[in-house]
Amino acid sequence: MSNRRFSSVLKLSILSVVLAFTGSVSADPVKAAFVYIGPTGDHGWTFAHDQGAKYVKEKMGDDVVITTVESVEENSDSERVITSLARKNDIIFTTSFGYMNPTVKVAKRYPDVKFEHATGYMLEDNLSVYSARFYEGRHVIGKIAGRMTKSNVIGYIASFPIPEVIRGINSAYLAAKSVNPDVSMKIVWVYTWYDPGKEADAANALIAQGADILMQHTDSTAPITVAEEKGIYAFGQASNMREWGPNAQLTGIIDDWGPYYLARVQAVKDGTWTSSDTFDGVKQGMVKFAPMNNNMPVDVKNEAMKAIIDLSMGAIHPFTGPINKQDGTPWLAEGETPPNFPDLLTMDFYVEGIDSKYPN
Amino acid sequence: MIKLIPRAENSKAMIILSPIIALTLTALSAFVIFLFILEDIAVSSVFFTLFAEPLLDSYYFSELLVKAAPLMIIGLGLSIGFRAGIWNIGAEGQYVMGAVAGGAVGLYFYNVEGFWLLPLMAIAGIIGGMLYASIAAYLRIKYQVNEILVTLMLTYVAVLFLQAMLQGPLRNPSGFNFPESRMFHDSAMLPIIWEGTRLHIGLIVAILLSILAWFGIKKHMFGMQIKITGSAPRAAKFAGFDDNKTVWYSLLISGGLAGLAGLFEASGPAGQLTPGLPQFYGFTAIIVAFLARLHPVGILFSALLIALSYVGGENVQIDYNLPSSITQIFQGMLLFYFLACDILIKYKVVLFKKNN
Amino acid sequence: MIENLLIEIFIGITIASAPLIFAAIGELLVERSGVLNLGVEGMMIVGALLGFVVISHTGNPYLAVLAALVAGMMIASIFAFLTQFLLTNQVATGLALTLFGLGFAAFAGRDYTEVTIDLIGPIHIPILSEIPYIGPSLFSLNPLIYLAFFMVYLVWWFLFKTKQGLILRAIGDNHDAAHAIGHNVVLYRFMAILFGGAMAGLGGAFLSLVQVPIWGEGMTAGRGWIALGLVVFASWQPFRIILGAVIFGGITVLQLHAQGFDIRISAQYLSMLPYLATIVILVSLRMRLKNKTNRTVPNCLGRIFHSTT
Repeated sequence: MSNRRFSSVLKLSILSVVLAFTGSVSADPVKAAFVYIGPTGDHGWTFAHDQGAKYVKEKMGDDVVITTVESVEENSDSERVITSLARKNDIIFTTSFGYMNPTVKVAKRYPDVKFEHATGYMLEDNLSVYSARFYEGRHVIGKIAGRMTKSNVIGYIASFPIPEVIRGINSAYLAAKSVNPDVSMKIVWVYTWYDPGKEADAANALIAQGADILMQHTDSTAPITVAEEKGIYAFGQASNMREWGPNAQLTGIIDDWGPYYLARVQAVKDGTWTSSDTFDGVKQGMVKFAPMNNNMPVDVKNEAMKAIIDLSMGAIHPFTGPINKQDGTPWLAEGETPPNFPDLLTMDFYVEGIDSKYPN
Repeated sequence: MIKLIPRAENSKAMIILSPIIALTLTALSAFVIFLFILEDIAVSSVFFTLFAEPLLDSYYFSELLVKAAPLMIIGLGLSIGFRAGIWNIGAEGQYVMGAVAGGAVGLYFYNVEGFWLLPLMAIAGIIGGMLYASIAAYLRIKYQVNEILVTLMLTYVAVLFLQAMLQGPLRNPSGFNFPESRMFHDSAMLPIIWEGTRLHIGLIVAILLSILAWFGIKKHMFGMQIKITGSAPRAAKFAGFDDNKTVWYSLLISGGLAGLAGLFEASGPAGQLTPGLPQFYGFTAIIVAFLARLHPVGILFSALLIALSYVGGENVQIDYNLPSSITQIFQGMLLFYFLACDILIKYKVVLFKKNN
Repeated sequence: MIENLLIEIFIGITIASAPLIFAAIGELLVERSGVLNLGVEGMMIVGALLGFVVISHTGNPYLAVLAALVAGMMIASIFAFLTQFLLTNQVATGLALTLFGLGFAAFAGRDYTEVTIDLIGPIHIPILSEIPYIGPSLFSLNPLIYLAFFMVYLVWWFLFKTKQGLILRAIGDNHDAAHAIGHNVVLYRFMAILFGGAMAGLGGAFLSLVQVPIWGEGMTAGRGWIALGLVVFASWQPFRIILGAVIFGGITVLQLHAQGFDIRISAQYLSMLPYLATIVILVSLRMRLKNKTNRTVPNCLGRIFHSTT
């Protein structure tokens, strides 16, 4: 063999050894963990997060190892669960607000692990927050509800008076009112995220009081099953609940966490992860919709689709002035839209026109 | 056929042996259950995670102690009442009220530093729990309304009250309107006794209380009063022991201690008041008390055992994807077996054939 | 429209009370025999699960109801065996039963959280249900509700119109004397406990088969404990159970309606009402009874029976 040839063969061999070596190092799978507040079988909030986790597994295959823990209570025990996961994982998603302080504490103790907290507001170098503009989804279903209601009473099953839920109520109401000035909203607070019995009771009470279309900010499929049974309309929450309400579900708001989760896990793998604050909506694909039910009139369907398209292009904002607060004080001027902070993120008032008393 | 023959006197051997038999039976049942439900996981590794790992790993061991402390404190209080036949089933409600009372004091003096704050909060917690339990005591004495019921109903009320407080007066003003209180400042937080963990002085308080209770029951007249009243109320009345006083003492002590445990949880692992504060310690402590046969020192051990099942069970849930309800099943089974094996102390099990 | 609302509220109250009536009437019989079974919550949820499982596999509501009944009995038999044969402390054993039952149901039901079933619907009694107002309210109810009322009557009839009922009450008041006369205390109590379990199972089944067609762990949400309260509230008299259940169920339902009507009280305080009402009513009952020597508490309630042979 000539010297030249020998050196190229040598270079090639060294190169292939180096490639093989680095190949096996980067072949170490990323370990991602998810902490859920409820059972994946809720077919609502937790189900949607789990779908996101499954999406990551599907896209990354053997490059990721996923651990999920269900039904973790929002108390001091959660700190131990998160710590247990932090000892063995590279990135942890805590999918409920109540995990905020425990997540912060653990993030401080494990600076090399990445943390992602849903619907929270505290950031660290290794802690991101993320949330979805569900109120954009409420805008669309609000319009549909305004059109489809005959009794002009929309029944709203609300969980806890936190900003996210208040945003949803206000957005739905404004949208419904914009297409139907006579519409009103009855709101019942059940003070739980998941309690099928209580949600069904609330649904029944609202229906008895004249609501012919239901919205919920709770996690079970109970309200939709009641709606189906009573022959009225409703909307799926966090996932497509068509199975439980084939006639009742007009459409549903779907939380699509998959692409976000994939991007974050991939960033850990690539070493490009940095702390971020994500508040995405229809435009970024985080808020999606279940297929429109065929029993909707065409014009209602078209109006809803147009709203979705407008949202996805950022052409409209569900909170666009002039809007006053419930007590009459002005909030947004003509054409004005609110900043994220403090207006949206700390929203603690009903908009004008809602005649329920604001809880507390 | 099997007959139960009363022993002349309690078998001393069985007092030690019966809990061991119960534990063994529980472990065996767990083994069988795991064999059925675990498909390709070794039962032995599950057992290791469940029982051994929390003892061998320093973090989990500290967490075990953190969880045991409130169970000890509440269990001690309950055992005093249970000895007297006063069934305080609502310790959970008193725990919550103690947390609210003590926590409110801590929040009132937010950012005011001083070594006096924590003792003040503790006293507030004890008083909160006591006042809440006194409702049941009063109703029992004045109207003979059963305390099981009253304390239980009041538990639901207390939990709702906590939520109402967190929506309103106690809510963190800069907390984005979420129903949580501020994080407690330094003077309002319990001192940690094991650096780097969450273990706080609550454990030391629990041990001290246990010793105190042991002396109290052994030496003091009060203990005899409770022992007698519990086993024969009519006899107690004849002997001059005051049934009403026993009711007050039992409920106030168990309520006060439950309240203290609630404050410790808020000022310790939680660091704030949140809707998640009720963690069923008040109910689990009842089991702890029974497993210890209401013995003040025994309660320390049974609390550790139950805490072990929680920490180990949680790790089994995380590592092997088993549901958390598995821990509940085993705790229920343990209590069943324990209660069943207790019979061996007073009775001898004899098998004999019928004679024809 | 107000009549429709009232009818809806009435029906809502019956649905809210039915599980309580079942569980409470069963426990009433148990306590009349002198046994205190705190495990009602555990028995109810096991019944709820088994009923749900059976109907999801077979679609047969009769079989499902039967399954719930049997499930309640079987889990109650653990309690019966421990307390009657191994002479364990009733309070502790009952609590263990609750714990075990809740855990078992949660565990066994974990694969059923995504299943829906067809609810057992109301029946319309011919002719009677046509009567305006009364028809839709009283005669178009769920068959299980009628069964609940019937069980109350049955228990009353048994306790006060039969010899065995008399014996059972005697055992509850003085088990030593009853034993001395020759009655089999253990047998009566064992049977009573099984009946209590069957009723609790039915109460649980009502939740999963009638109220909401979904299974969720912990779906009994404390109703077992309420049922225990109802027995005391009713002073161990069967028909008073209905009154108590209606009051309690009613307040629960009305609280939700009140929100819809925008009553200006915060929801948490409204939610407290059923529990506070139970206490207040208990006290007021006692206050009225204070002057009579109306001792309806079974004397031997909770005390362990030691046969001496």
